[in-house]
Amino acid sequence: MTTKIFVCMGTSGISSGAEEVVRIFEQELEKHNVIDTCKIVRTGDRGLFRDVLVDIITPKLGRITYEYIKPENVPQIVEEHILGETPVKKFQAGEDYQQFFADQKRIVLSNCGEIDPENIEEYIASRGYDALKKIFAITPDQIIESVEKSGLKGRGGAGFSTGLKWKFCKNAQGNPKYIVCNADEGDPGAFMDRSILEGDPHSVIEGMIIAGYAIGATQGVVYCRAEYPLAIKRLNKAISQAKEKGFLGANILGNNFSFDITIAQGAGAFVCGEETALLASIEGRRGMPKPKPPFPAQQGLWGKPTVINNVETFANVRHIIMHGAEWFSSVGTQNSKGTKVFALAGKIKNTGLAEVPMGTTIRQLIYGPGGGMVRKKIGFKAVQMGGPSGGCLPESLLDIPIDYESLNRTGAIMGSGGIIIMDQKTCMVDVARYFLAFTVEESCGKCVPCRIGLKRMLEVLEEITAGRGKEEHLDFLQEMGESIKETALCGLGNTAPNPVLTTLKYFKDEYIAHIKEKKCPAGVCVDLLKFEVIQEKCVKCGQCYKVCPVGAVEWKKKEYAAINKEKCTKCKSCIMACEFGAIE
Amino acid sequence: MKTVDLCDVKKIVQRYRDKKGVLIPLLQEIQSEYGFVPEESVNVISKELGIFPVEIYGILTFYAQFYLVPRGKYTIRVCQGTACYIMGGKEILDHISNKLGVEVDGTTNDGLFSLERVACLGCCGMGPVVVVGEDFHGRCTIQEGEKILEEYRVKGTE
Ligand SMILES: Cc1cc2nc3c(=O)[nH]c(=O)nc-3n(C[C@H](O)[C@H](O)[C@H](O)COP(=O)(O)O)c2cc1C
Repeated sequence: MTTKIFVCMGTSGISSGAEEVVRIFEQELEKHNVIDTCKIVRTGDRGLFRDVLVDIITPKLGRITYEYIKPENVPQIVEEHILGETPVKKFQAGEDYQQFFADQKRIVLSNCGEIDPENIEEYIASRGYDALKKIFAITPDQIIESVEKSGLKGRGGAGFSTGLKWKFCKNAQGNPKYIVCNADEGDPGAFMDRSILEGDPHSVIEGMIIAGYAIGATQGVVYCRAEYPLAIKRLNKAISQAKEKGFLGANILGNNFSFDITIAQGAGAFVCGEETALLASIEGRRGMPKPKPPFPAQQGLWGKPTVINNVETFANVRHIIMHGAEWFSSVGTQNSKGTKVFALAGKIKNTGLAEVPMGTTIRQLIYGPGGGMVRKKIGFKAVQMGGPSGGCLPESLLDIPIDYESLNRTGAIMGSGGIIIMDQKTCMVDVARYFLAFTVEESCGKCVPCRIGLKRMLEVLEEITAGRGKEEHLDFLQEMGESIKETALCGLGNTAPNPVLTTLKYFKDEYIAHIKEKKCPAGVCVDLLKFEVIQEKCVKCGQCYKVCPVGAVEWKKKEYAAINKEKCTKCKSCIMACEFGAIE
Repeated sequence: MKTVDLCDVKKIVQRYRDKKGVLIPLLQEIQSEYGFVPEESVNVISKELGIFPVEIYGILTFYAQFYLVPRGKYTIRVCQGTACYIMGGKEILDHISNKLGVEVDGTTNDGLFSLERVACLGCCGMGPVVVVGEDFHGRCTIQEGEKILEEYRVKGTE
């Protein structure tokens, strides 16, 4: 093999047409009789959304990355690059691509987009299962000590020390014990766990086996949301390959330790990401949370001691075992160690997964890997961190370091690492309403504060966005939010008011504009919009005309646009398209 | 409504006998066989496995994934994750709902389309995302949404 062709084929690669790209590569390589000297590697997604990403490695040219590749580009690439040994400049990944990866420290994602996740040999070649081979020479207690000393905290949201959790479980009474991997990833805006499972499933399996050995469990369960069919397929394949190789199953690698993993599929309930609800769901019941204690480490699956960790948490474990606790804790801040994978999305140039050391500032993340705002004219307004449990932070807080403590002080949270960047065209009141509508929908209904309190808050927000807000509503939201935080049964209710409380804290002006002036400054809340063109701002570009799906915008070249209200369906396509804020 | 052939349900249920925690995977398998969970199958499960129907309905109504009525030929899922939402996913959903004349979770009278909202598909970088069947359509707009509908309408009635 002299030439390697990598094609990123996670969910996003495939949905952008990666399969067809591969098919054409095969066809072209065949046609030119070079298929025997080329190897196509189907990798997971590398983290950056660039439709289909293709890397070609040849002895002479080294590694060259192409982005936004379409099937029809492939013949040219094969002819010029592979046969002619000259890269095709116009498809080559540009500066943005380089910038996206420049400041990352990829530990958990090191294999994503670099190996074929369906081929265990490639994982092994990347030192996969080396950590597993190492543990049999040390005691379970030494493993737990090492994980504890590394400072690894759970990446699923709460940020509890992983080593301590393992220690509690190991010392708990009861047999058998279980390892559960939380792959429910329900936060809208988070997709790191999916990418890890799709791109490097063995790293999660290896972490789970090591955890099993450490606490004395023989059975592991991955609870994966049903919306991730590709992740489930690759995980299944990885499990059976690991069994064939003797990394899973009875007497692993000839030692007196057996461990097996099964997969349980979620059925579409956000609350099942909460650990006690998740366990109820695996047991075949409605996913309703339970009061803690007892914690799952004491009484978990089927009432037995259970360690439940997040996908990314498990994926870190092999690196700690291989390189040692000191190595791991040398990255990060005083209290938050290692790296964290963040999912960047929204109105930002480079959307995707970026793994950076803890302690990186939000600004570094947005303007480094993120590449800044997509539409510079419209400008930054807020960053939403931690999904429905998190908060919206303004420009003035962008320089705080991303670690568990600093974020908690702002009212946002690390959460699972979803970061949505919002510009001036995003309405903060509407965002608060959006998240609350989500949590109201997903509340399991077991406790009153969450079931009724959130609903009342949502009703008030709907009044405000509809232009019927009153000043006393703001105090109501504040008080109700604070008391739900105090009194709800589980993390869902405890954190659900955060999007409202943080927007009240940092963007109160916007609430007041809705209530007093009956205006939505961002141009989002339909009931407060007039759908009229402001001629002083209109530059006569016709963007609004082009995007209107019902032909309600009247415009001719060099003339102001006008909106025919009889035809208008208030879909806001024109407002979203206008870069000049000329439609109100 | 035509009656449902329950042979497959019986076959499927047999494989879940004497195991614990089977209800969710069992119902998932029945749904993937029939496209929904037929009412009659609940009685079969109840009898065969000795589980009260109320418990089975408890599961079916708690989890958003389960359907108790048949679905359209194509399921249109419009992502309402945060990124898709702020990029205009809500407006696309409303528009499609209007165009088809069905509410979210409804099915068109001709049985061609079912419309759903989904909390997040994890493709936030491609937002707003519309999925028809298994096909993803990224960076969608209202106009493209209409085009996609038309494509499937033609395909579905061929
Ligand atoms: C409503 C709710 C949803 C949650 N969703 C997830 C999830 O999708 N994935 C996850 O790993 N943890 C989720 N968690 C956190 C889990 O309860 C638990 O803390 C975590 O799985 C522990 O693993 P870790 O210590 O490795 O983070 C959620 C918590 C709550 C309250």
